[in-house]
Amino acid sequence: MTDTVDRVDETTLDHVVIRFAGDSGDGMQLTGDRFTSASALAGNDLATLPEFPAEIRAPQGTLAGVSAFQVHISDHDIHTPGDAPDVLVAMNPAALRSELGRLRSGGTVILNDDAFDERNLDKAGYAADPRDDGTLDGFIVHRVNMTKLTLDATADLDVKKRDAERSKNFFALGLISWMYSRPTEPTLQWIQQKFGKIEAVAAANTSAFKAGHAFGETTEMFGSPFKVAAAPQRPGLYTNITGNTATAWGMVAAGQLANLPVFLGSYPITPASDILHELSRLKNFGVRTFQAEDEIAGAGSALGAAFGGALAYTTTSGPGVALKGETIGLAVGMELPLVIIDVQRGGPSTGLPTKTEASDLLMAMYGRHGESPMPVVSASTPAECFHAVIEASRLAIKYRTPVILLTDGYLANGSEPWLLPDVDSLPDISTTFTTEPNGTDADGNDVFLPYLRDEVTGARPWAIPGTPGLEHRIGGLERQHETGNVNYDPANHGLMTDLRQAKIDGIAADIPLIEVDGPGDAEILLVGWGSTKGSITAAAERMRAEGASVDHIHLTHLHPFARNLGEVLSDRKHVFVPEMNKGQLVKLLRAEFLVDAHPINKVMGTPFTASEIIDAINDRLLKAEAEA
Amino acid sequence: MTDVQLDPTKRGYWTSDQEVRWCPGCGDYGILAAMQFMHTELDVKREETVFVSGIGCAARFPYYMSTYGMHTIHGRAPAIATGLAMARPDLNIWVVGGDGDMLSIGGNHLIHALRRNVNMTILLFNNQIYGLTKGQYSPTSEVGKVTKSTPMGSIDRPFNPISVALGAGATFVARTHDMDRKHMIQVFKRANEHQGAALVEIYQNCNVFNDGTYDPILKRDNRANMLIDLEHGQPVRFGADGERGVVVVDGQARVVDVADVGEDALVVHNESQDDPALAFALGNLANDNESPTPFGVFRAVDAPEYAGAANQQLLAANEASGPGDLGELLRSGATWVVE
Repeated sequence: MTDTVDRVDETTLDHVVIRFAGDSGDGMQLTGDRFTSASALAGNDLATLPEFPAEIRAPQGTLAGVSAFQVHISDHDIHTPGDAPDVLVAMNPAALRSELGRLRSGGTVILNDDAFDERNLDKAGYAADPRDDGTLDGFIVHRVNMTKLTLDATADLDVKKRDAERSKNFFALGLISWMYSRPTEPTLQWIQQKFGKIEAVAAANTSAFKAGHAFGETTEMFGSPFKVAAAPQRPGLYTNITGNTATAWGMVAAGQLANLPVFLGSYPITPASDILHELSRLKNFGVRTFQAEDEIAGAGSALGAAFGGALAYTTTSGPGVALKGETIGLAVGMELPLVIIDVQRGGPSTGLPTKTEASDLLMAMYGRHGESPMPVVSASTPAECFHAVIEASRLAIKYRTPVILLTDGYLANGSEPWLLPDVDSLPDISTTFTTEPNGTDADGNDVFLPYLRDEVTGARPWAIPGTPGLEHRIGGLERQHETGNVNYDPANHGLMTDLRQAKIDGIAADIPLIEVDGPGDAEILLVGWGSTKGSITAAAERMRAEGASVDHIHLTHLHPFARNLGEVLSDRKHVFVPEMNKGQLVKLLRAEFLVDAHPINKVMGTPFTASEIIDAINDRLLKAEAEA
Repeated sequence: MTDVQLDPTKRGYWTSDQEVRWCPGCGDYGILAAMQFMHTELDVKREETVFVSGIGCAARFPYYMSTYGMHTIHGRAPAIATGLAMARPDLNIWVVGGDGDMLSIGGNHLIHALRRNVNMTILLFNNQIYGLTKGQYSPTSEVGKVTKSTPMGSIDRPFNPISVALGAGATFVARTHDMDRKHMIQVFKRANEHQGAALVEIYQNCNVFNDGTYDPILKRDNRANMLIDLEHGQPVRFGADGERGVVVVDGQARVVDVADVGEDALVVHNESQDDPALAFALGNLANDNESPTPFGVFRAVDAPEYAGAANQQLLAANEASGPGDLGELLRSGATWVVE
């Protein structure tokens, strides 16, 4: 870019964790997202953790309004967005105050110096200026006049001062892009693509980005840039994907693999709405999306569509699952395919809408009245959401049952590089509608028996309206075995209850066996499910590096369990179950297998760090030793 | 299989093999018969007809028709039928529920199905009482109604279903009653032909928990002076010799003696008027069972049907972007190759 390029001598890092933090209006999510994309294109392995307030615009400059985006980039395989950031970019005092505690000791702080005026310090609750009072001792601090430099860079453009100021996040992005030797071209292209229609904004963002980059390059302040080499990855074509996008794409894929039209009935709810948004723009796949009047209608419309022969979904978060419970129960009774996707968030009630938690497992298992068993499936990484939707759909279609898929806020908004699957390698999950009578009545006439079960799967036939001769009525009242007619007979209710249970239990024979990550016979077994996979994997790796013998299994199927789970759990000295709840899977494991599994819990709206898991295990081991 | 079960022009063809289990003397029997007889006159296929219901006495209806049927959840039938109608615009969908089902627990789904104009015919069996739960007051019961849950009389002001439907922007709104099969068939047919959501309120007698509630209007001797037949394009008048009529003054409908105001002063019914004010005024003529009450079609206007509009978007997207290709979708973001 300039003649100073000669003095650039890159220092190589194997990984770095950067946290961008600012006011909700400062564009931190966008900045983090762009940095992530550029890093993905540079071939790094990466993991991200976006964190933002539930309010769209919390009062400016306050702690409540701080929005942050953490990204971990690496030249090797990583599993988490990083325990403690190495670098904190703080766009205002509130961001500094709220985020500094996370930074590793000796880490780097980059401040927008212009934002540290009396008013903002006051709003952040700083009695004294943290830049001078020793707060930042022990950190490497760079004070940069980001606002002023952005205004200077855009002075020649026809942009209002207020609008120009808004580009300061691109200044920060330019600076960090220089510091970590990110390619600039993709971001410049992206600015054109995104803002090209409003020329002034595109120009201001471009100038600010270039100015930030040049600032890093030309000032002595930052020394040389760092390089994080590409991670060795399996060869192939990659894209960077969030869990919600992967979920929506999984629905499109499942529709094609099942050869059924996709229907989504949904009601807007954080953090699930992006699935509805993404699917709504894919209408050329024949996908029907319906924004219903409420959560109940979201599920209801989907069940109606399923009766009509669609591959039906409803997407929501915990509060929505509570409302859909009665409809899900009806789907259990009607034995129709329906996939309920719960992007879990902090609860109870409205709880923490934008924060992650995995506390809906027991609701997924038992949150309906009566004996109403149904499969529960979970996804463990953003990209895995794609395959998890296909698996949930496969079970729903094959066994004519509602299935709950659990993802969470961390998976939904977090992203990772995804080695794109070969479309031809995806499973065939197609089914056939019944078109002919399947029984005879007492007089020898051909009749249709809507609850005549498949001998292997226990599933009933799916005959859709429009099929002549198979007209039938199904409903919420208990149905007679085989005929489906309303029936109050005690023996029939007992039989139907058993048949429904047996059908779901039988799915255990049709799901993959659990594979153990580790030696296979380690004294310590870590059992996880959902988005804790990265943290538990990282914890297990570190413990092994220190000489411990550790196995890790991660469950994708939570009901029914894989048929070898009991065996894998047996003969362990210690079984630990880290969960982002107060101990839900651990209850199921103890109840089902009488195993002395020990819970490790975190319910704080943020994912586990690997160190938290290791510390909890070590505490417990010390206690166990002391007791012995 | 007997002959009647093979002949669509016979009632038996439209009758399921299930024993009807309403209380003897229930008004629902008459409605079921009207529906089955009406189908003998229609050119529709049994397999393309679906009855969807919620919960309540009325909601058992689908079990007794020989078509496809779903007996679902209290209040949710319009929502469930909306999904079915969107997934399968080729079907002829009927929704059946009572006043509690449709206006209390399911009020939200009813108004949204109506405003969206989803192609379905909604039959609201209004008996002004909760029957299946044995006699509590309903959202259409009159103020002061003494029931098990209101021993001192109910203090709720009732809904007028016609006003609710019109307020929700329904494109077809009508009223009929369980004692007049001919009228029911006529109204059901028109509602069924309507493209979009049609609401038909049916005054239905619950002979166990609210017997005779509509007698002041519907008892045979009272009909001439209490039942107003709405006819499109005709002056609104009733009485044994047409001696009474309806005028609209300051937006309000009032019953008058024709002799007092002259024939030309009577309001002429116009069901296809875009502005629902007239239908609303006529609907509000009677908010109790003591006043002359209009029956027939209050409103029938054309508006885009929902499932059709949704399908249009699918076609437009297909035209604009071509049929979706999964491989292309997966590659649609920024991608990179690892060698």
